[in-house]
Amino acid sequence: MKELKVTPIKDGTVIDHITPGHALKVLHVLKIPETTSSVVSILMNVNGKKGKKDIVKIENRELDPKELDKIALIAPKATINIIREYDVVKKHIVELPNEVVGLTKCSNPTCISNAREPVESRFHVVSRDPLRIKCYYCEREPEDIAEGII
Amino acid sequence: MNFKNRDIISIKDFSKEEIEYILEYAKRMIPYANGEKHTTLLKQHILATLFFEPSTRTRLSFESAMHRLGGNVIGFADPSGTSQKKGESLADTIRMADSYSDAIVIRHPQEGAARLAAEFSEVPILNAGDGAGQHPTQCLLDLFTILTEKKKIKGNKVVLLGDLKYGRTVHSLAYALSLFKADLTFVSPETLKMPKEVINECKEFGVEPVSTSNLEKAIKEADVLYVTRIQKERFPDAEEYNRVVGSYKVDNTLLQQAKQDLIVMHPLPRVVEIDPEVDKTNHALYFKQAFNGLPVRMALLSLILGGKKQ
Repeated sequence: MKELKVTPIKDGTVIDHITPGHALKVLHVLKIPETTSSVVSILMNVNGKKGKKDIVKIENRELDPKELDKIALIAPKATINIIREYDVVKKHIVELPNEVVGLTKCSNPTCISNAREPVESRFHVVSRDPLRIKCYYCEREPEDIAEGII
Repeated sequence: MNFKNRDIISIKDFSKEEIEYILEYAKRMIPYANGEKHTTLLKQHILATLFFEPSTRTRLSFESAMHRLGGNVIGFADPSGTSQKKGESLADTIRMADSYSDAIVIRHPQEGAARLAAEFSEVPILNAGDGAGQHPTQCLLDLFTILTEKKKIKGNKVVLLGDLKYGRTVHSLAYALSLFKADLTFVSPETLKMPKEVINECKEFGVEPVSTSNLEKAIKEADVLYVTRIQKERFPDAEEYNRVVGSYKVDNTLLQQAKQDLIVMHPLPRVVEIDPEVDKTNHALYFKQAFNGLPVRMALLSLILGGKKQ
């Protein structure tokens, strides 16, 4: 019986160990499909060694450090493999800094960081598992972090 | 303990020991606050009061505090005549006020405004309320009132009543009372319950607040009843406001069930939530509480502007 499966990619990025169900949020923060016309594969609820996970494979695109930080906000356990000629040439385990600056908007519409002021959004990481961040300005915690990603 | 040039943005920026120090310092300010003694401690100092939102007590007591300390005040009580209306950013307004004064008091309708102001100011910022966010000097004067009336804060049974969802004073106060290990009961209409994150903060200090809508039961054991107004200006829509306004009232009939030494507090202004008949009872502490804003703000101004001890 023929099995249809996602094949290895030649060049690009594989984002592995995404929290199950969060693959579409990862695409959202990477602004896919708007920013790529190459093939993107999504696997959801794949059985891994440590339980279920999602995987995203993006052909012909290598993620930059700022994009890695954004992924850390929604999939804090993800690993990112940069692929060239079918080989993994770089492997990153995403790591969220203690302070998240300019990556996600405050969900509070009346927070001063959403006004026309010369500042970037700024959040403190309150907890990593589960991930909770708190706005430096208004002290609120966004419920859906992915929603506000810039 | 050094407070010189320190910003006063949120009560959470202060340790328990620092709060105790400020409250002790405020006690020593009482004779200066009520005019029995005089001082020129902050002579030649200028305080800027920038009120982008209306205020009666907070603005007047900050200005009175500065005058009582021998200093001067500049500022505005209404942003309509300022460059803000022409589209100036808060950051630019702060840079300007910074160059004209030794400390800045700010009230602003947007949460986080005081924190932002502190980034653009060399002189210390005192947050006099940022939208539905923080109001640390109100919190300090509330603690001061409980401390002076009850001699301690720890162990008092404090009932917070009213709009616990949008009320900024009750969020900071619940945090601070937990820091001091008071017993907390939250009484509110179902739609205006204390936010989960505030309850979690209380729990982090080992306090387990009780949430209920039964005021009659809660008041029987209470040492302090802290009442808040349902603030129309904080509601996203008028319909939600109309559903809950007038849903509770503190009057003498209710207070018959309370302990003799229960104190009733309110950050004011009150509208309908405390009947004026309560004013004449020994329970009514809210006007004294409003006065307490003066020694507390005098203490803060003295400490951050580097005045010597009295």
